[in-house]
Amino acid sequence: MTSVSMPETGTSVRRTMPALDWVLVLALLAVGGAVVRALVFTPADAMLGAVQRLLYVHVPSAIQGMYVACTIMAVCGGLYLWIKDERLDRIAESAAEVGFVFLSVVLVTGAIWGKSSWGTAWAWEPRLTSALFLWFVVLSYLVLRDAIENREARARLSAVLGVLALLLVPFIHMTVYLFRGLHPEPLALKPGKPDMSPEMLTTFLIANLAFMFLFFALVRVRYQWASMRDERAALEQA
Amino acid sequence: MNDLAFREPSFVADAVRIARKDLLIEFRSRSGFLSAAVFALLSLAIFRFSWDPTAVSSIDLAPGILWVIFTFAGLLGLNRSFNVEQVDRAMDALLASPVSREAVFAGKALGNFVFVMAVQLLALPTLALFFGLPVGPEWWGVLAVALLAGVGFVAVGTLFAAVASNTRLAEMLLPMLALPFFVPVLIPAAQATSSLLAGRPLSEVVPELKIMGAFDIVFVAACTLAFPFTLEE
Amino acid sequence: MADSDTGTLSAPQRAVVRRNGPPPELEGGTALVADGVTRKYGARAVVKNVSLRLNAGDCLALFGPNGAGKTTLLRMLGGLLKPHSGRVTLHGRELPGEAATRRLLGVISHRSMLYDALTVRENVMFAAECQGLRHAAAATDAVLEQLHVHDRADTPVRALSRGLQQRVSIARALVHGPRLVLLDEPYTGLDETGARALTDALRALKANGATVVLITHNLSEGLALATETAIMRDGMFVHQMTRPPEDYVVTEYATMYRELVAGVE
Repeated sequence: MTSVSMPETGTSVRRTMPALDWVLVLALLAVGGAVVRALVFTPADAMLGAVQRLLYVHVPSAIQGMYVACTIMAVCGGLYLWIKDERLDRIAESAAEVGFVFLSVVLVTGAIWGKSSWGTAWAWEPRLTSALFLWFVVLSYLVLRDAIENREARARLSAVLGVLALLLVPFIHMTVYLFRGLHPEPLALKPGKPDMSPEMLTTFLIANLAFMFLFFALVRVRYQWASMRDERAALEQA
Repeated sequence: MNDLAFREPSFVADAVRIARKDLLIEFRSRSGFLSAAVFALLSLAIFRFSWDPTAVSSIDLAPGILWVIFTFAGLLGLNRSFNVEQVDRAMDALLASPVSREAVFAGKALGNFVFVMAVQLLALPTLALFFGLPVGPEWWGVLAVALLAGVGFVAVGTLFAAVASNTRLAEMLLPMLALPFFVPVLIPAAQATSSLLAGRPLSEVVPELKIMGAFDIVFVAACTLAFPFTLEE
Repeated sequence: MADSDTGTLSAPQRAVVRRNGPPPELEGGTALVADGVTRKYGARAVVKNVSLRLNAGDCLALFGPNGAGKTTLLRMLGGLLKPHSGRVTLHGRELPGEAATRRLLGVISHRSMLYDALTVRENVMFAAECQGLRHAAAATDAVLEQLHVHDRADTPVRALSRGLQQRVSIARALVHGPRLVLLDEPYTGLDETGARALTDALRALKANGATVVLITHNLSEGLALATETAIMRDGMFVHQMTRPPEDYVVTEYATMYRELVAGVE
C-alpha cells in the first residue's frame, strides 16, 4: 500500500489500491469453505438430486442481491437526497454494482437448476421474475450513472431511481401472481423452501453467512475504489 | 400607486396552463404526434400481416399487440416532454416564477396523458378494424382500462423523461429506465383487455383494475414528490 | 404582494401607470443582501464566500472572465440555486422563497427562455399568467408596447431575428414588474437597436426603484448603467466599487480589469 502526502493540504491520498485486501480474502475463504462443505460434507437431496446443491449459492445470492443490495441502494439514495453526503452515494453505487453481480448469479444458477430439475431454463414464478426485473432495474441504474458526468447530478438522479425501484418491487410481485403464463408452474419448484435435514440446514445457514460476508467485503473494496476515484477527480479539478 | 394585482398561485390552474401550452406547441409543430400515430398504425399493420389467423385467434393476440404499441408510441411522446423546455432554457423562467415544482410536473404529465390517450383513440378503432374484432359495449371497458393505464404510464414516464433529459443519451435512456416500471401497468392492462374482449364481465377483471389503481396512486404521489429532485438546486 | 384591484382607471391605463413607481412598502432601503454565499462543485468552490448589499434602484455590473462563477452567483441571487453556505435575502425574505418572493424576480439571459413555436403574445401571456397577474392580457400589451414589439405580437418567436427575440425575452421577464432583475450577458448577439432598447428598459427599471444585477462582457455598457461594479475571479470578488453615475472612466477601468484577470483568460 503506497500513500503520498500532498504538500499543501497535508492529507494523504492512497494512490493505488492495496495489493491484498484481507477482509476480501477472508470472505472468499469463507465462501470457499461453504462450497466445500456443501459438496463434500452435505448429502444431496434425495428427491431433487445433486443439482439441488446450487441452492446454497442461489438463495444466498438472491438474499444479498435482491434484498440487501436493493435496500441499501434505496435507503442510501433516500438519505443522500436528504443530507447530500457524498459517502452515501458511494455506498449506493458500490452496493448496486456488487448486487448486479449477485443478481446475475441468481439468474444463471436458477436457469441451470431449472433446466436440470424441471426441463426448462426459465419459469415465470414470482421470485425469479422479481430477480429478473431487479436485474434490469439495477442495470439501468448503472447505465444511468454512466451517462451523467456531473458528480452531483449523478448522485441525485440515481438516488431518485434507487428509491423508486424499491417501490416497484411489491408491484412486480403482485403482477406475477396475476400473470397467467402459457405453461403451469412447475410443481417441484421450491428454490427456497425444500424440507431440509439438519445437516443441510446447517450448510444452508453457513452458506448464507459466507455470502453475506462476501457481499460486504466486495462492497467495501468497491467503496474504497470509489473514494479514491472521487478524491483524484477532486484534486484534478482544484 | 402600484396596480399590479396578483392572485395566489393555484396548483390546478398552473398545471392546466402548462399542459395547454405543451399541447399547443405540439399542435403547432405536429411532428411528435404524427410520428407516434404513424408508428402505431404502421405497427398494427405489420403485426396484422405477420399473424397467422389459423394458429392464434385475433382475440388472443390483439390485446398484447395493443399494449406493446401503446408503450412504444407513448415513449415517442414522452421523449419530447422536456425538450421544449431545454432548447432555449424556458424551464429556468418557469422555475423562477411562483409556479410550484409539483405543478410543473403535473402539467407536463397531464400534457403527456392527453398525447397518449389521443394516440390510443386512433389505435383502438384501427385495432378492431385490422383484426376483425367485434365492436360492442365491452370496448367501453377497454377504454376505462386504457385511461387507468395511461395515468400510471405518464406519471412514471414523465418523471423518467425529466431524469433522462439531464443525460447525454436521453432518448435511449428513457426506455431503459421506464420499461421495468411500466410492467405492473401493462400486464394487468393486457390481461384485462383480453378478458373484456372475450366477453367476460367487468367484475372478473377487478383484480387487474385494483393493481393498476394501486400503482397509479402510489406512483403519481411518488413521482410528484421525486420530481423536484430531478432539477438542479 | 397579492392585493385587491380596485381603482377608477381602466385596466390598460392602470397597467401603464404602475410602471411609474414602486409599491410604497418596497420604496428605498436595502433590497438584496448576499451573506457569505458559497457554492461548491464537488470539492471545488465555484463561488467562495461572496457578500454584497444592494439598495432599491442600484445596478450592480458584474464583470469577470469565463468560469469565474458569475452565472452561478447570479442563479443563487435569483433563488434558482441554493447556496451551500451563507444566505441570500430579497427585501428581507430569504431566497429561494415562496411564491410571493419569487414574484419579485425577473430573469434574463442570452438564452431567450421562450417557446419558439408560440407567438410573441402567447409567450408573454404565459409568463404573465404564471406570475399570477390578474390582468395578464393588459399587462402583456403594455410591456410589448414598451419594448416596441407590439406590431409583431402574433408572429411565432422562431420567425423573429435574434435581436427581436431578445426584446421579447425582456418583455417576458418584465411583464410582472419585478423588483429584482437578473441579467446574464443579455447583450450577446444584440444589434444596435436591440442594445439600445435593452439599456432603455434597464434605465427605466432603475428609475422605478428596481434592483438590477447585470453580468456582461461589455465594459462600457455595464459602466454606463452601474451604480456598483464588481470584478469576479475564481469565485471571489477581486474588486468592488461604488461609482457615482457621472464618473465614466472606461479606459482606466479596462486597464485595471485586464491586470486583475491576467493569467485567467
